[in-house]
Amino acid sequence: MSIKIKQLENVARNLRHDTTEMLYRAGSGHWGGSLGMADIFAALFFGGIIYYPWKKNQWNRRDRFILSCGHICPIFYATLDRLGFFGDKKAILRKLGSPLQGHPSHIHIEAVETSTGPLGQGVGVAVGKALALKMQKKKQRVFCVTSDGEHEEGSTWEAISSAAKFKLDNLIFILDRNHLQIGGSTEEVANLGNLAERYRFLGWDVFQTNGHIMPEILDTFRKVKRANGRPKLVIAETTMGKGVSFVENDYRYHGRAPNEEEYKKAVTELRK
Amino acid sequence: MKNLQSEIKNLQLKMSCRQGYGDEILALAKKNKKIIVLSADLMDSLRVAEFKKKFPNKFLEMGVSEANMISVAAGLALEGFVPFTSSFAVFTPNQAVSQIRVSVAYNKANVKIVGSHAGVSIGADGATHQALEDIAIMRAIPGVTIFAPADYWQTRRAVRAAAKMNGPVYIRFGRGDIEQITNEKTPFKIGEAQILKKGKSGTIIAHGESVHRALLAVAELAKEKLDFGVVNLPTIKPLDEKTILNLARKTKRFVIAEDHQLTGGLGSAVAEFLAEKYAIPMEFVAIRDKFGESGEAEKLVKKYHIDTEDIVEAGKRVMGRKR
Ligand SMILES: Cc1ncc(C[n+]2csc(CCOP(=O)(O)OP(=O)(O)O)c2C)c(N)n1
Repeated sequence: MSIKIKQLENVARNLRHDTTEMLYRAGSGHWGGSLGMADIFAALFFGGIIYYPWKKNQWNRRDRFILSCGHICPIFYATLDRLGFFGDKKAILRKLGSPLQGHPSHIHIEAVETSTGPLGQGVGVAVGKALALKMQKKKQRVFCVTSDGEHEEGSTWEAISSAAKFKLDNLIFILDRNHLQIGGSTEEVANLGNLAERYRFLGWDVFQTNGHIMPEILDTFRKVKRANGRPKLVIAETTMGKGVSFVENDYRYHGRAPNEEEYKKAVTELRK
Repeated sequence: MKNLQSEIKNLQLKMSCRQGYGDEILALAKKNKKIIVLSADLMDSLRVAEFKKKFPNKFLEMGVSEANMISVAAGLALEGFVPFTSSFAVFTPNQAVSQIRVSVAYNKANVKIVGSHAGVSIGADGATHQALEDIAIMRAIPGVTIFAPADYWQTRRAVRAAAKMNGPVYIRFGRGDIEQITNEKTPFKIGEAQILKKGKSGTIIAHGESVHRALLAVAELAKEKLDFGVVNLPTIKPLDEKTILNLARKTKRFVIAEDHQLTGGLGSAVAEFLAEKYAIPMEFVAIRDKFGESGEAEKLVKKYHIDTEDIVEAGKRVMGRKR
């Protein structure tokens, strides 16, 4: 295994650890989905997929990143923290006065391109940003993480349609396909159908990857670069709670923080 | 005054309004075959998981699709069912305002919209999830009855009244386990204020979780020899104009307290009414054109100035004003 892969896997483990710690201290928040996206976030931000020169003078040249399913923001905050965004300040979540709001807030954190929380809005803002970049002939791309549950909102499909209409090949959605939401499995709660087919039918290029195998994730994103007039979707097949055995695939951890016992168990597992 | 002190002490164990919704809708469905419960992936938060278990055929899980849930409920209602939609106040009304306006209200469809987790007092989830304008939105739509019950039992009574009446209803309440103001036997009539205490200096009017804070504030004001009354107004619309006009004439000063924007809330409803009928000095304890943020509920209530001490201060201020 290459050194780079090993390093990225380490980053993912650190992100899981930081997320768990942050949520434990906050006492509330969304643990399961955050853990499940750690490998993808490590790949996106540390694996050279997203161009993210956060040092101020190059900030305008960044790829735009939007977390449309805002509730899993702990994993985004942990990523920003590891990138050095918060400097020496400790990343404190969900407390009065902390910029790390319960859902990502644009007015609190510069890297949060748009405030999200209510599902079905970030996807549309991503379309707007991609359009704006195109209209100004800018080369940057827009990456937008969206959840499967978010595809039950009508507005999500409105965004998907308009992205294809405007030929936004600079727009990349990453779908956190963990097949779970608050009330159980996405197939029980709703009727999502074949998401890959639905996107393709509307004019998108669709790519699939296991969301936890680092080489496969990197390979998949390497394929997505072509400018061909079509927006891109990367479906990441993920496991909610990945990396902490008792959280994995248990929807009851969708919207909970670890208690003390769970925190200790989780951290021990993540250190192994 | 003695009475009131013991009343505050007697407040039973803390219970949530959403549990009141879950319990009452279960009880109602046993008798009323027309009741349907819809949820937009917030079944546990709205305490209707038990309903789903007991009445699987009367429960519709709509997924995360609030706008659709409201229109579907309108369809069900227009065919004779009594649908209760269940979500956070920040999503219904907010995610579905046009559907509520046309599919429900303009049609006079018999839909009951239940919005939980209202106000800054939900705490950690932050501004995106703190509904502070839901009453304003719903008040502006013609023909919608609005309930904002103060505790568990009042929520049960409001849900019961909503099921019984014909027409669109919005029921809003907060998330937390809160002090109990009413009990099983406290009367509840649509459009009727509940006078908790009479006072000569002025009247504090409140809804929801602010009612308890109003009671505490009155005790504080009494220490300064100010004798304020307290009115709980669980029906925001239609407004209990008769009681409000009476109290305005008798007590001459109002303080109105709520976990909601000043714009369009109960305060503005009362002010609009009295400006035409009998203008008196009023002070408002409400959110002043701001978004909330993450934090502990008690700290937010303090920071956004809707706490007991803010009601006390407003009481003192209003005393310095003349009609
Ligand atoms: C418009 C809207 N309705 C409801 C919610 C409440 N909510 C938060 S997460 C969620 C669904 C979770 O499913 P998914 O988006 O797939 O996220 P995951 O469970 O995989 O983290 C819901 C309904 C919301 N955030 N926005």
